[in-house]
Amino acid sequence: MRERDIQLDDQGRLRHFLTIEGLSREILTEILDYAENFTTVGHQPVKKVPLLRGRTIINLFFEVSTRTRTTFELAAKRLSADVLNINVSASSTAKGESLLDMLRNLEAMHCDMFVVRHASPGAAHFIARHVAPHVSVINGGDGSHAHPTQAMLDMFTIRRHKGDFTRLSVAIVGDIMHSRVARSQIHALNILGVPDVRVVGPETLIPVEAPQLGVHVYHDLAAGLDGVDVVIMLRLQRERMSRALLPSAHEYFQCYGLTPEKLACARPDAIVMHPGPINRGVEMDSAVADGPQSVILEQVTHGIAVRMAIMAMTLGRAGGEA
Amino acid sequence: MADSTDVETLLDRMASDLQDHLRRAGIDDPLMVGIHTGGVWVAEALHRRLGLDTPLGTLSITFYRDDFTRIGLHPQVRPSHLPFALDDRHVVLVDDVLYTGRTVRAALNELFDYGRPASVKLAVLVTRPGRELPICADVSATGLELAPGEHVKLTGPEPLALVIQPA
Repeated sequence: MRERDIQLDDQGRLRHFLTIEGLSREILTEILDYAENFTTVGHQPVKKVPLLRGRTIINLFFEVSTRTRTTFELAAKRLSADVLNINVSASSTAKGESLLDMLRNLEAMHCDMFVVRHASPGAAHFIARHVAPHVSVINGGDGSHAHPTQAMLDMFTIRRHKGDFTRLSVAIVGDIMHSRVARSQIHALNILGVPDVRVVGPETLIPVEAPQLGVHVYHDLAAGLDGVDVVIMLRLQRERMSRALLPSAHEYFQCYGLTPEKLACARPDAIVMHPGPINRGVEMDSAVADGPQSVILEQVTHGIAVRMAIMAMTLGRAGGEA
Repeated sequence: MADSTDVETLLDRMASDLQDHLRRAGIDDPLMVGIHTGGVWVAEALHRRLGLDTPLGTLSITFYRDDFTRIGLHPQVRPSHLPFALDDRHVVLVDDVLYTGRTVRAALNELFDYGRPASVKLAVLVTRPGRELPICADVSATGLELAPGEHVKLTGPEPLALVIQPA
């Protein structure tokens, strides 16, 4: 409970953005609505609004990332904030500095926000519990726990194409077990009122507690895709797999790879999403990834507007708080 | 105070004043841009009365306001939409009420992020004293003296009416 409360300030506004869990449908919808307004900034000749002029945002990345870090950086810059990228694996931890000491030092430089990516679940929460009152923390992915901004850009993409969440069937396919993206997506889809959320994958890659998350579990791809409006493919997180959970990438593709034939089981107007980076020929055939139903590159574009919305909301709370 | 028929009369006068103003300035093909939300209603009425061909532009100044650090992100309106290139064009910026001038300042900043217009004219339905910036309207339909703390607001879109909210 305590972890949920930490995201909101005393007036119920978003102060940190750490996990989708515990947030209301109103807050998620507010994020999507603001993001809608921020999409126009990318079309202006001057791709910038002055909202966060003079604010300093630090991208604190303990784990490699190109797309997420770049879109966070662009989002901050389009809001006119100053951005610092710190790649921690190559920095002070190598010299033995503790995380808290590092935080204190960065705070002493008067920054206003940390965007944190870390391989350990709970890292962003830990930092949020220790920052100064005026500082906001956004979780850019913590281990296999949560990746809430990715989930929100996926919700934004779904809403743009499908409108009403309350009549949709959504299938999430692949490595649910290790996917922080899937966990955050499932929470977001449930909160936004999607009646049919499915997870599809081999037993070894679906957590046993999946049914308690409010999803329907399928082990057969064709059955799982039957009649769905949205297909979300996940990347095989081999770097998080400590055991041999899969026979081989080739065999995985035979069973769970998305081909045009398999996609034909979904509704004809179904959209195909993937958080990237794609393993072509493992999760997905190139004919699907580059095909007419794919909205994968749109997801990337939407990621900037959604991250702008979350940054502006967390840093734009009236008067702040004590 | 002013009921819907009054606003329609004000809009007629405003359209004719604006037409005169543009003719004297030698502008025959202006772009019209309304500021959300009341300014868009006024701009739609003027756009119709002047029979302009180029579609109407709309500006949401939410992200350009100067009070973000003090009162935070505003409840949002619809996004800005400028369906034309501004460069070297004459722009008529339209709002419902001109008071402190801060909204117009924000709108000008946003406009210039879209391009470099040849000129910008300001047309408003109502002016009231209290400017905090060196901004004045080229065309205004009426002026109002209000007590401090009182507000005038255009309600709409159908019918348009001016409402004075007491302090």
